[in-house]
Amino acid sequence: MPQTLFDKIWQRHQVVGESASAPATVYIDLHLVHEVTSPQAFSVLRERGLSVRRPDRTLATLDHSTPTRAAELYGALRPGPATTQIQTLQKNCADFGVPLYDLDSRERGIVHVIGPELGASHPGFTIVCGDSHTSTHGAFGALAFGIGTTEVGHVLATQCLLQRRPKTMAVNVNGRLAPGVSAKDLILAIIGRLGVGGGTGHVLEYRGEAIAALSMEQRMTVCNMSIEAGARAGLVAPDDTTLEYLHGRRFAPRGRDWAAAVSRWRALRSDDGAVFDRSVELDASALAPMITYGTHPGMVMPIDGTVPASQRSALDYMGLSEGQRLIGQPVDVVFVGSCTNSRLSDLRDAARVLRGRKVRDGVRALVVPGSQQVKRDAEAEGLHEIFLSAGAQWRESGCSMCIAMNGDAVGSGQYSVSTSNRNFEGRQGRGARTLLASPMTAAAAAVTGRVTDPRQFL
Amino acid sequence: MEPFVSLTSRTVVLPAEDIDTDQIIPARFLTTTTRAGLGQHLFSEWRYLDDGTPDPSFTMNMRQSQGAQVLVAGHNFGCGSSREHAPWALYDFGIRVVISTQIADIFRSNAQKNGIVPILVNDEIHQWLLTHPDVAVTVDLESMTLRLPGARQVEFELDPFARHCLMQGVDQLGFLLAQTSDVDAFERDQPLTPAIAVAS
Ligand code: SF4
Repeated sequence: MPQTLFDKIWQRHQVVGESASAPATVYIDLHLVHEVTSPQAFSVLRERGLSVRRPDRTLATLDHSTPTRAAELYGALRPGPATTQIQTLQKNCADFGVPLYDLDSRERGIVHVIGPELGASHPGFTIVCGDSHTSTHGAFGALAFGIGTTEVGHVLATQCLLQRRPKTMAVNVNGRLAPGVSAKDLILAIIGRLGVGGGTGHVLEYRGEAIAALSMEQRMTVCNMSIEAGARAGLVAPDDTTLEYLHGRRFAPRGRDWAAAVSRWRALRSDDGAVFDRSVELDASALAPMITYGTHPGMVMPIDGTVPASQRSALDYMGLSEGQRLIGQPVDVVFVGSCTNSRLSDLRDAARVLRGRKVRDGVRALVVPGSQQVKRDAEAEGLHEIFLSAGAQWRESGCSMCIAMNGDAVGSGQYSVSTSNRNFEGRQGRGARTLLASPMTAAAAAVTGRVTDPRQFL
Repeated sequence: MEPFVSLTSRTVVLPAEDIDTDQIIPARFLTTTTRAGLGQHLFSEWRYLDDGTPDPSFTMNMRQSQGAQVLVAGHNFGCGSSREHAPWALYDFGIRVVISTQIADIFRSNAQKNGIVPILVNDEIHQWLLTHPDVAVTVDLESMTLRLPGARQVEFELDPFARHCLMQGVDQLGFLLAQTSDVDAFERDQPLTPAIAVAS
């Protein structure tokens, strides 16, 4: 019987098959760990006298509550709960032998940026992390999904998870994205189509001409936000683009192992005639830059459109009204960063708009690279100079204003155009009003101090 | 985890749709390294006024809601992040059952592992519950029924394994550890790609 890509990965990782009375025991190839969702899991291991079964399949980093100012990051951390959390992970990793990309590591960064960057996220892998945006790694044709802290403990102790088989959904994207329309706009449009809960219980497979034409970084942006449609995971079948990206990276197979891996990976695609539980079609060429207007990522519209009728409470929170245009809406903060849009190509997109221009007076613009490696790469091509001379802040890597846990926050009532992935109430700070958009749209807003169609700057 | 067999409680209703985990517990309270005491931050943005005092107009702060253990929420409850702090906060506050027409995957999985029963009902029952706050209902895992006032009774579904764990009050780690020899065999037999080397 023809199988989907998901079926192939699922089948190969069954340690014990699913039955009516118990879920499947699924083997996990790579477990990513960060400071926020792991402390209680390590505590359980301690309470029960357990060890980490496969430290060599576990990778930890510090990103969520980590400072992005160099003086704080490399100096003395301010005492407080965030620092305690950082120190707790450091101790847990030392005690349990888990490799940690520590505060001073050249490889540190947002967990979903460094996994791919180090070549640790392989096609066909099962990858989990106590973080819902683990779906990012699906860009490599891996089955990657977020888990809770209890499950983090399960994987640390047993390298396995108990899972029921999810359903599958094909997301077929035809045509090509127009200039000025990015992968971020595409995924926002997909979420708008499915709705914020429309993917619940499903693993999405992104397919079609538009997806094949995307770079790996763009595919990561798309897969990253699968969870915002409620999906368990999102993935893209590996192809030449995937192999080119992986080849030569630190944890990618080498020599003969590489050749063997490539021949395995080539089989990782949905067979012709494979049946999905659901499918949707989208035309990429019809898309404009997208922007959210509400309090979840499904409340999204083309940037040149008007705010549609929606839940009163959401519009009240946002201070917007039905029928209003967003173009011209004054903006207080611009954030370019997060595991959705903090890779080199995202920074290049923002720099393209900011080059030779200035951040508008009164706008606070923050550019936070996804990893220290991205930071070095960006600096090597002089992107930081473009940002700094425009008047934007250029920081060390981390989650920063995506989740506002480290002190980088948007003020109450302020509008932020943000390249992150969640516009929930209070996500970027209490009372913060978040408009999600692409790096180009964010940079355009920084220049004009208003919501602006980035295509006029290209 | 305390076993959950049957519970009778009044309901507290939050009709908003798509209540996300950032609403259930905002990220700034996630810097904890234990599970204790998160109930005070539950629905923090809604429960407290700017000066930190309880907002008297928020349902959960009203006198009739005190002690309610069954939360009836709008469609698609618990979307967003994987933070288990969300069910920890609900449990610590006293919530043992969440009823909606759709509950997000990761939240549901986390809830079940922490003694909270996620129940999906149809639109009709949901509407009735949303429009009749503070009614006494009984949730019974033995018969898998939700009993409403007036001898009305609806059945609901739960994964049999999750149900077993909830009713026995056992966690799943023991179950997984009992499969260690299967995992050993899997690792021996499966030609998986080499593991990740230790970081430098
Ligand atoms: S950047 Fe934001 S969404 Fe991504 S891992 Fe960090 S906090 Fe989560």
